Amino acid sequence: MEMIGAQAVIESLKNEGVEVVFGYPGGAVLTLYDALYKSEFPHVLTRHEQGAVHAADGYARATGKVGVCFATSGPGGTNLITGIATAYMDSVPLVAITGQVGVSLIGKDSFQEADICGITTPITKHNYLVKKVQDLPRILKEAFHIARTGRPGPVVVDISKDVFNATFDYEYPETVSLRGYSGSIIGQAADIEAAVAELKQARKPLIFVGGGVNISDTAAEFREFIQLTGFPVITSLMGLGCIPNHAEENLGMVGMHGTYAANMATTECDVLVGIGVRFDDRVTGVVNQFAPKAKILHFDIDPAEINKNVRVDLRVVGDLKWALPLLCQTIAADKTMDWKGQTAPWREQVYTWKKDQPLVYRQTPDVIMPQQVIETVSRLAGDDDIIVTDVGQHQMWTAQFYNFRSPRTLMTSGGLGTMGYGLPAAIGAQVGHPDKAVVLISGDGSIMMNCQEFATAANNGFPVKTIVMNNQVLGMVTQWQRMFYGERYSQSTLKGQTDFVKLAEAMGATGFRITKPDELEAVLRQALATEGPVLVDVQLPEVEDVLPMVPVGGRLDQMILGG
Amino acid sequence: MKYTLAVLVENRPGVLTHISGLISRRAFNIESIAAGHSEEADTTRITIDVEVDDEIELEQVVNQLSKLIDVIKIINLTHVDPIQRELVLIKVRANPVTRADIINIVDIFRAKIVDVNRETMVIELTGEQTKIDALCEVLHDYEIIEIARTGKIALSRGPIAAKDM
Repeated sequence: MEMIGAQAVIESLKNEGVEVVFGYPGGAVLTLYDALYKSEFPHVLTRHEQGAVHAADGYARATGKVGVCFATSGPGGTNLITGIATAYMDSVPLVAITGQVGVSLIGKDSFQEADICGITTPITKHNYLVKKVQDLPRILKEAFHIARTGRPGPVVVDISKDVFNATFDYEYPETVSLRGYSGSIIGQAADIEAAVAELKQARKPLIFVGGGVNISDTAAEFREFIQLTGFPVITSLMGLGCIPNHAEENLGMVGMHGTYAANMATTECDVLVGIGVRFDDRVTGVVNQFAPKAKILHFDIDPAEINKNVRVDLRVVGDLKWALPLLCQTIAADKTMDWKGQTAPWREQVYTWKKDQPLVYRQTPDVIMPQQVIETVSRLAGDDDIIVTDVGQHQMWTAQFYNFRSPRTLMTSGGLGTMGYGLPAAIGAQVGHPDKAVVLISGDGSIMMNCQEFATAANNGFPVKTIVMNNQVLGMVTQWQRMFYGERYSQSTLKGQTDFVKLAEAMGATGFRITKPDELEAVLRQALATEGPVLVDVQLPEVEDVLPMVPVGGRLDQMILGG
Repeated sequence: MKYTLAVLVENRPGVLTHISGLISRRAFNIESIAAGHSEEADTTRITIDVEVDDEIELEQVVNQLSKLIDVIKIINLTHVDPIQRELVLIKVRANPVTRADIINIVDIFRAKIVDVNRETMVIELTGEQTKIDALCEVLHDYEIIEIARTGKIALSRGPIAAKDM
């Protein structure tokens, strides 16, 4: 069919089942936006390109579909960088379509020219510069295929302005042909058998579940595995929700701000099974002391994750959609094993740790404690409500004190730790799930980093509920300065004139403020029940630490405990 | 230890940058990298010598490189006793007094003189890296003006192509 490149982009998005694009127009993508206008393709206009890419990311994490964003050339593209890197670190399927200057202007330092392919190479799964309109359908087909298959990740398609205007005979390819890339990764059945043989020997097994289970939508299979074996579970930040927080086997999050039980179990276990995890340094503490008594088994789709941070004794490389059902099947078929009997003393031990050293915080009558805010939100929220966080103390308190019950209910920048991620990601999650409640837990530092997106939420009536944990400081920074820098609070105090309620109101959202503990529940209830976007400014004490904490370079069992 | 990898990649612009960029940003050390067309027009063959601590670190290099979409195949040639060659061009100061000595050295190394003028000679040598190093070492007694080396390329012996290994 005869059409111009811009129309071809829209047609290709339709062919890929894309429902919505997040973006921001500009010179190099004017023709694309014109095609968007003519075809009435759904588009969410954010107030910053960074907002667009985080929104596409939040949409992708919440739905499992590929998030798509548009930006113009040069500064439009560079404003996407933080969001692309965020998506890359957390394996989020994303296609970012950027405009590039005309072909004859490429390489001349032309107006609004930047080498987006060069800049994004280290932070994308793959990227393309499109200079010929004939290549466009194939490249878009490949881009979506690469983004969503295997270990998902962001793909950038940088399209020269000429290509949007050029006319050609459009035909969308049915298949993808990439010699060096296979999207489906089915592993070796023998590896599963070897893993089961290893598990049979275990007296102190521990299962470490990560974001891979959320990404591959295998929480049900994972829960079946735990049900069959009764093995205790620890989770990474990205793995929260794969197994309910209140499940008996769940010892909670492991690592720097992990629970006592999770960290002690890691130190004492004899077999540790990592499933869809990458053994991040925030998890392991000092690497050579991580799980020192354990054989380590690692299930992952990405062979490059094996032995990257932690040396493993046995690997199962393959899609968890393949591995976990086969694992359950193999375990269920073996009637001779008494999995729960064999590990009973160990389970008793870990449950004692869990009972004796739960996550605690001090309660004071006149001050709202941040942990209490999270617990209250958790109590008021439904099982499938989506919780989004920014980055900092509030993120860790959410991970610790929110009762996650379902997969894909936490959207957070785990790998890159991007402040400013929350609000646009919450908008994206809300677009993906218009019927679900989306609650953003942010901080007074983080929310300012993309607060312009309240305008996006308000103008579109996205009912995102934002709770600003306002302690007037960069909480995590001051915590480290308190603990490791002799209380020298260098540039970490935000106390000032900013009125968050007015900020929300100025952008068209509703604002609430909570200053006393006895208002907390009632106002939160009211806020959650209010239509449209809402911001709740919760006034918290300046000095409160996220505990437990394993200091950098420490062993997991050398935690500073709280309470 | 030093390992030799043959990396078959799509013949596309920027692919060498992707490969070398990935290796360096993952903090692995490239000793030598050489790229050129292969027997297939759409495939480029890159020979990489990489210095790593052990096989586990090498596995990381291979696995990380394998993730690049344009990488078709990576073959570790270290343990197959491959034929390894490098080409060097050396421009050395040569006057009527030293010229005969240099010609002698060139003969001993079975190198070639590819350019001569009143003040200089350009010497070409193909061989294993140690042999090239040795020639450079000897020629240091004369004044070396410049050296251009291609980096190592390697091919396994026998009838099986790397892409089929």
